[in-house]
Amino acid sequence: MSIPRTIKEAAALIEKREASPVELAELFLERISSEDAKINSYITVWKEAALEAARKAEKQISEGNYLGPLHGVPIALKDIFVTKDSRTTCGSKMLRDFVAPYNSTVAEKLMASGSVVLGKNNMDEFAMGSSNETSYFGPVKNPWDTDRVPGGSSGGSAAATAANLCIASVGTDTGGSIRQPGSLCGVVGMKPTYGRVSRYGMIAFASSLDQAGPLAKTVEDAAIILSSIAGHDPMDSTSVNLPTADYASALSTDIKGLRIGIPKEYFISGMDPEVEKSVRKAIAELETLGAEIVEISLPHSRYAVSTYYIIAPSEASSNLARYDGVRYTYRCENAETLRDLFFRSRSEGFGDEVKRRIMLGTYALSTGYYDAYYLKAQKARTLIIRDFDNAWEEVDVIASATSPETAFRIGEKADDPLKMYLSDILTIPCNIAGLPGISVPCGFNSEKLPIGLQIMGKPFDEQTVLNVAYAYEQSTKWYEKEVSPLG
Amino acid sequence: MKISKEDVLNTAELARLEFDDETLSKFTRQLGDILVHIDELAELDTKDVEPTSHVLELSTPFRKDEVNQLITAEDALSNAPSKENDFFTVPKVIEDQG
Repeated sequence: MSIPRTIKEAAALIEKREASPVELAELFLERISSEDAKINSYITVWKEAALEAARKAEKQISEGNYLGPLHGVPIALKDIFVTKDSRTTCGSKMLRDFVAPYNSTVAEKLMASGSVVLGKNNMDEFAMGSSNETSYFGPVKNPWDTDRVPGGSSGGSAAATAANLCIASVGTDTGGSIRQPGSLCGVVGMKPTYGRVSRYGMIAFASSLDQAGPLAKTVEDAAIILSSIAGHDPMDSTSVNLPTADYASALSTDIKGLRIGIPKEYFISGMDPEVEKSVRKAIAELETLGAEIVEISLPHSRYAVSTYYIIAPSEASSNLARYDGVRYTYRCENAETLRDLFFRSRSEGFGDEVKRRIMLGTYALSTGYYDAYYLKAQKARTLIIRDFDNAWEEVDVIASATSPETAFRIGEKADDPLKMYLSDILTIPCNIAGLPGISVPCGFNSEKLPIGLQIMGKPFDEQTVLNVAYAYEQSTKWYEKEVSPLG
Repeated sequence: MKISKEDVLNTAELARLEFDDETLSKFTRQLGDILVHIDELAELDTKDVEPTSHVLELSTPFRKDEVNQLITAEDALSNAPSKENDFFTVPKVIEDQG
């Protein structure tokens, strides 16, 4: 049996009885135990639970109760989705021993689809970072070059998927945290429309921006996972009560006549010329496939990073106030007073990047600065959304690079937070406007590092976004290029 | 806008965080750099622009008010760093009057 890389391949092996779910789980658990020390993409591996889930899947399938394409397929979850019976750390010392008393809706749905969860992927602490260097559990390394970052914050999910230490994973995206690591690791990463997937049990960073989505080798696999996790959830009042679709079955490569907007502002100065070249070539390919390419303007995009770095830290400073050392978190030793307990538990439990963002948000919301920062950013948010609303009058989707650069070296930006923040310049607008966006591999640079093409769509029009990515992927097949065995 | 060390200390007090001198200096510099960048928002004319707090038009969903056990006291206390009976325990709240 050759090692399956995609949900389709794994499902075919299971269907033809060439591999059982238990054999697949054993195979991937072995791969994790021999390979993951080189990239550090897992925080917790579910050895027993995965085998138990695989045995259950095997029994169901043998009894003729086949649940669908994820049944028996080994996948992983970013360690931000709370799960019963295993710790959920969010990449933080603060939650290093936290075992949730309930399952997140995303975890619950994936388990209900029969998938076999191999474990919890490493991530930037509280999903704050673009390089996966802020994790309390150590940095994740990019499987294409282990001296480089995988991107972040879903860096463990992207790296594990690229190195085939899971077939696919589910991450979260607040400012690009699925798409940017997808781009840097050469896998597909999709952020659905805000409200498409329940946030219940997904540890909150910035509640008006956070959204869960798949990281997978192919667009079809991403569509299969999206279909499994999408939908209204009474436990999350911001999950939208709209019909979802079988996104995978509805995939089509026919994009003839589709209007694709190319925002001129997205070819920023300072962009890596090799990235620009690949992305322009990808756009030309989309034109060859019959799409109509339209130059558009999103004039307020250049303010997106500043807007984001007020709104996201402000929401974070409020969300992270719950980590007080009292109820379920790290607690400092020998606190003498409650005040002492709060200050020291938080100061010892959080890492520097999390503290920086709590500070930034607390400052932006404090008396005297609220109007100048928070209110101003909320108004800038309106202007950025209006840009997109205007664009949708002319085009059906928007295409750009996902990241202005390929994977950078570990440590390269670690001491310069502003430089790190600017690496999300092309992914942030999607979150600010709540739009669906996908990153699909579109080639490699001269150092054999992957490059990603981003497609953004109208609210709740995931299908068109997926179709454009699918049409491009099927005509170029970059996903066939595999990571070399890890050195 | 550059931020002063005093501003950083005041903000840390509000955020229930404390820093040693070295980190305080580093954060003052880094937060200042970030805020200077963010000052570009002042260029935007937002006089007649409504703020957006959320992309969805949210309304308050209602449901029947039924008693429903979602979590037991035992589960709620299962991660407590310190507990006694059905309570979380903390150091004394009222500080000694000097």
